[in-house]
Amino acid sequence: MPLSRLSSPFLSGTSRVTLHMLQLLLALVPAIIAIVYFFGPSVLITMTLAVVVALLSEAIILKLRGRPLKPFLTDGSAIVTAVLLAIALPPLAPWWLTVVGIVFAIIFAKHLYGGLGYNPFNPAMVAYVLLLVSFPLEMTTWLPVVSLSDQPLDFLATFNVIFNGQFASGLGFDTMSGATPLDAMKTQIGLLQHPSYISQQPLFGLFAGKGWEWVNIFLALGGCYLIYRRVISWHIPVAMLLGLTSISLITWLLAPETTGSPLFHLLSGGTMLGAFFIATDPVTASTTVKGRIVFGAGVGLLTYIIRVWGGYPDGVAFAVLLMNMLVPLIDYYTQPKVYGG
Amino acid sequence: MTAKQHTFVGGLKLDGHKKRSTQTAIHKIPLSKKLILPLQQHIGEASLPIVEVGDKVLKGQKIARADGHVSVYLHAPSSGTVTAIDDQPIPHPSGLSACCITIETDGEDRWIERQKTEDFTTLSEHEIRQTLREAGIVGLGGAGFPSFIKLNPGVHHHVETLIINGVECEPYITCDDMLMRERASGILDGIEIMQYALRVKNCIIAIEDNKPEAIAAMELALATRSHLNNTSIISVPTRYPAGSEKQLIQVVTGKQVPSHGLPIDLGIVCHNVGTSYAISRAIIHGEPLISRIVTITGKQVNKAGNFETLFGTPMHELLAFCDTKRQADEPFILGGPMMGYNLSGDHLPVTKTANCILVGVEDAAPAVDPLPCIRCGECATVCPVSLLPQQLYWHSRAKDLDKTREYNLFDCIECGCCSYVCPSKIPLVHYFRFAKTETMNQELETQKSDNARIRHENRLERQEAEKKEKAERQRQRKLALAATKAAKEKEEAEKAKTAEPQSDDQEK
Repeated sequence: MPLSRLSSPFLSGTSRVTLHMLQLLLALVPAIIAIVYFFGPSVLITMTLAVVVALLSEAIILKLRGRPLKPFLTDGSAIVTAVLLAIALPPLAPWWLTVVGIVFAIIFAKHLYGGLGYNPFNPAMVAYVLLLVSFPLEMTTWLPVVSLSDQPLDFLATFNVIFNGQFASGLGFDTMSGATPLDAMKTQIGLLQHPSYISQQPLFGLFAGKGWEWVNIFLALGGCYLIYRRVISWHIPVAMLLGLTSISLITWLLAPETTGSPLFHLLSGGTMLGAFFIATDPVTASTTVKGRIVFGAGVGLLTYIIRVWGGYPDGVAFAVLLMNMLVPLIDYYTQPKVYGG
Repeated sequence: MTAKQHTFVGGLKLDGHKKRSTQTAIHKIPLSKKLILPLQQHIGEASLPIVEVGDKVLKGQKIARADGHVSVYLHAPSSGTVTAIDDQPIPHPSGLSACCITIETDGEDRWIERQKTEDFTTLSEHEIRQTLREAGIVGLGGAGFPSFIKLNPGVHHHVETLIINGVECEPYITCDDMLMRERASGILDGIEIMQYALRVKNCIIAIEDNKPEAIAAMELALATRSHLNNTSIISVPTRYPAGSEKQLIQVVTGKQVPSHGLPIDLGIVCHNVGTSYAISRAIIHGEPLISRIVTITGKQVNKAGNFETLFGTPMHELLAFCDTKRQADEPFILGGPMMGYNLSGDHLPVTKTANCILVGVEDAAPAVDPLPCIRCGECATVCPVSLLPQQLYWHSRAKDLDKTREYNLFDCIECGCCSYVCPSKIPLVHYFRFAKTETMNQELETQKSDNARIRHENRLERQEAEKKEKAERQRQRKLALAATKAAKEKEEAEKAKTAEPQSDDQEK
């Protein structure tokens, strides 16, 4: 008999790692549908590719490390990493970008540190940052939302672009792609345009970037489902969103000409993905209640700082990695007071 | 019935599975041919046998006496002959053997003369404690700590509140529930005796709200005793582990027992309802503790229920009586599914702390290898003492015992909530038990080596002292010798002086 049957407790709850991961994927479905609706089917192709490469990399490295394949291939963590990275990558990202990212995420960011549960940094974000630093052009050219595009790409055309880099005649990457709303905001503020004027442009929607705002809203809804199902606790997302809101509100009130509105920041870029799906990665986040609040708030503040005063249009990935670094320290100083202590 | 309710952190809502064993009244288990009585059925020093092989004993006769302060007497549960005093397997997580007295019963079940006390107030508090000690009363909630000690607050403490624990929060166990339903009056007798012995101001009987029948029975019995107006019954929300002493105190009073402290530090004493009943039997009826109510339940038990069982009855007789089919690969649990332990076999005797025998658990832990910890923190959320189980697990696994202490390992009450919720199915409590034993062993070793070192140093000192003493003695002797020699010489010289003239005379 294994240990669990020889030693109390003999009862066991229904919680399982695999179930957690499945719930997480389920919570991403509405947002993925929104992405397909606004940015075309590219994300589905990238995601499929990412999942296949992730499982292959996981299997190979498990074999090399002499670990059993079945429990770790079925725990779902590699799939989650793959799906999150695929959502974070720009549409029409060439296939090799995805492959490089995933292989690096699984083999270097995850398994070289000991695999599931042992990696100090969020693998998807490590890969994202690696790609962003190494291939800035590919990583920052986004498709505009489908409705703004003159000739939206169908599935086959998208497939061709991703795998062959070939556009249909008369089209090219330059004509197809553009900056993200976050990027546009940043560059044009740099050119001394007023944010309220910038957000009148066709790239922008009701509160933030067209399409982006809805993707973020659906991600937040999925995140609420995760909180409701107790897959994640509310502390990190709430702290992160409050952190981001507070600093952007202060700057927005003091110097409205230098920054987008708090709502713009909440619904742009990777905010909601980061708040509910990335920063809440239990392995790499803080685990104490107080620590989670510190951790979340830190991610929120850093995200804003990097977005507005840093060199990159979005800062979620860097913010998460920087806070990952602080986790042992945060956890140590936020231990709960023991009963009667 | 309605007092201000407090709450404790963490904990779990568990499926009680209590109905399974509360459908029938408490029955008696038929007298066994052979009763095996371990000398240690309580916390503290094992009792010392006062009978010999071949002795005839009567039901309720003392067969072993208390050894030291933290110890109690042991009695023959039925009349018969002592056939052996030797090592027998006992119900213990280690599966080890320990010294037991075996009695072959004669079937007559003849009582020794019992001294009844109609009015316990004729006894002094000291006499009550002495009687309970000699009646072998220990905490029947599971720990088995000698009750007379917990009824002696000592001169430094004043007891405000007596809390009677009828919570019984572990799934499956219903012995306290059934006892309260059927013998509420006896429990109240015991409560009166304890109040008298402790001179408490007030008394709270706490029962979990999943036992409405027990609450009703106790309230009915309490209503007939108008003089017990300082005693109230409160129903506490069903949440595991509300029945754990420290958690219960927090629910009832809102206060926390200091870490490494005792309830008495808050002016509180806790006793279990079963203990209370046993106390009333001992004082009023003069019956020592020779039996208890045992819940026998589980998937494999066809006639689950509660049974009044004489101590020493082999478990397989209980199982047969309840029509149980044991599966070989299934845990056979003494106690509840959260804190009980797996027994090595069913020929072990029922002891004072055996509250439940569980055969076949629903929602059993799956037989899978655990995955690595993903640091989800669920374990910390449910921990009723606010520990960080995953950090403890980390350091226990690394055998970093100093670190485990830093993370308050010894505050862990081993309730099992953390293991229950773990998505990776890590047997966390098992690691904590390991780290605790390892730490204690290490301390024992340090103590041993410290003792050895001190012994060695003392020996060196002694040798040194002896050497010095010897040298001193030698010196003294030498001095004395020299002195006597000098004296002798002087004497001789003087003699010679005085003798010389004589010789001269002689010569002359």
